[in-house]
Amino acid sequence: MDLSPAQVRHIAKLARLRISDTEVEKFGHELSAILDYVAKLERVDTTGIEPTAQVTGLCGIAREDVIASDGPETEALLATSPLPIIEQQIETPSAHG
Amino acid sequence: MSLSSLTITEAHKRLKEKSLKSEDLVRACIEQIEKVDKSLNAVVHLNFDRALEQAKKLDKNGTFSHPLAGIPYLAKDVFCEEGVPTTACSNMLRDKDFIPPFSSTTTKRLEAAGAISLGKTNTDEFTMGASTESSCFGPTHNPWDLTRVAGGSSGGSAAATSADECLFALGTDTGGSIRQPASFCGCVGLKVTYGRTSRYGVMSMASSLDSIGTLAKTVEDAATILQTIAGKDPLDATTGDVPVPNYSLTIQNDIKGLKVGLPKEYFLKGLDPQVEQVVRIAAEQMEKLGAQVTEISLPNSPHAIATYYVLCPSEVSSNMARYDGVRFGHTVPERDTLIEYYERARSSGFGDEVKRRIMIGTFALSAGYYDAYYRQAQKVRTLIKRDFDKAFKNVDVILTPVCPTPAFTVGAHTNDPLAMYLEDIFTVPANLAGIPGLSLPCGFSKDNLPIGMQLLGPQWGEDVILRAGYAYEQATEWHNKKPAII
Repeated sequence: MDLSPAQVRHIAKLARLRISDTEVEKFGHELSAILDYVAKLERVDTTGIEPTAQVTGLCGIAREDVIASDGPETEALLATSPLPIIEQQIETPSAHG
Repeated sequence: MSLSSLTITEAHKRLKEKSLKSEDLVRACIEQIEKVDKSLNAVVHLNFDRALEQAKKLDKNGTFSHPLAGIPYLAKDVFCEEGVPTTACSNMLRDKDFIPPFSSTTTKRLEAAGAISLGKTNTDEFTMGASTESSCFGPTHNPWDLTRVAGGSSGGSAAATSADECLFALGTDTGGSIRQPASFCGCVGLKVTYGRTSRYGVMSMASSLDSIGTLAKTVEDAATILQTIAGKDPLDATTGDVPVPNYSLTIQNDIKGLKVGLPKEYFLKGLDPQVEQVVRIAAEQMEKLGAQVTEISLPNSPHAIATYYVLCPSEVSSNMARYDGVRFGHTVPERDTLIEYYERARSSGFGDEVKRRIMIGTFALSAGYYDAYYRQAQKVRTLIKRDFDKAFKNVDVILTPVCPTPAFTVGAHTNDPLAMYLEDIFTVPANLAGIPGLSLPCGFSKDNLPIGMQLLGPQWGEDVILRAGYAYEQATEWHNKKPAII
């Protein structure tokens, strides 16, 4: 699979990554080689085979909707943010620009 | 010999009879770290003051009834521990050192037992790698040959255990990250059944593949540690409601009649002849102990790496989305728009391997490629799991090499990420199938580099692989060899 620079930029955009022109070229080569290798899975006959999402066999594990434990304090959780805190909320850059 | 060279079993005996104080054991490990870590670079965050405080308290008031009481350990830099910097060896969490406001379940279980946390070990960034070279703190060097890697991603934990910087260490294994460094560093590495131990509080890489396990000096020590950390956790819905056997007891049973399978697909061209030789000799040794060794087939083995390197990056791309410079981690001064903020924070925080995997995963999950890549890989995963289910109807354990070669030199695969991925060829199948695997020393190369063998068991089969490993270990001398550096 030979990824074009446009495809690499598109992937980076979806992944919320900003990559330079040299990186577009570098990652383009590396990703293409890796995708070439994994593409051989196409040749494996999987007719009638169900996909495996997880191997536990568990399903719908639930618990009672009660407060089960004291987690970290709100202040302790907010303290890990690098952004300003206003009235117990993290102030992010604007989504609207 | 330093006190830090004791095994857990040996240390526990002396602590209980009060001929050894936990404080002295902790000091011995601290001294060892100060002596060798400048050459190894295995330890990245220190917790010495707290460790000594805990040890002194235990010496004063404790009974040392629990086998891990007073035993110093190190944890891979992804196990959240309240108050101790935990950074996944990534600049994303390092420039404002992430100090977790809570501890992982595994950390809490060890704390309740009285084990003493010395700090954090080096890992590939966010545990992505097979050499501990992508860490923001630089590579960890192999205690047996400093020009070589310690393996990865739990390279720090493996090197620290082999070099007596601790009595045991915690690791994670998503594609071989406990077993491979154990093999490269000459110690025991235990990957558990998916769901045997809790992943709560451990920074996730690939949620359906990650497992929490241990690096230890002996199989008996690994059993002791597993006994303490295993079990259902209400905070991790993927942990099984399966009782925890008394592993320390069950390992003592012999292996007469144990059926051992050697999968022919693992003994292929490209396998270092020294590795093949020591593993086959190990099989013969097990026969001498009463096991029956037969050749088996795991026909979908050749597809395991490709399957893993679609599924793992896909899950990674999802798990890494939380690192966006908002709730924790690296930030940038430019605060233009939210999307641009995300892009700048993430791009300057993550290293190349993390970006690579995020992008492969994003691609494999994107519209137009999802069915051909991700869904197809999930189906091949089913085939790989079925191979094991079928095999375990006829054998009790499966014996394989751990890696195609002994430890490679630092920098050997820097320009070839795919070559690095191929190092995982014998270890990823266990993660895809969710089964346990034990890596333990079974020989040395002509350059005096350790070579490990892998014992795979059925789901929840930790007791059988530990028993098989213990029987082999006790009949051989590999576990008594130490690297010259200590």
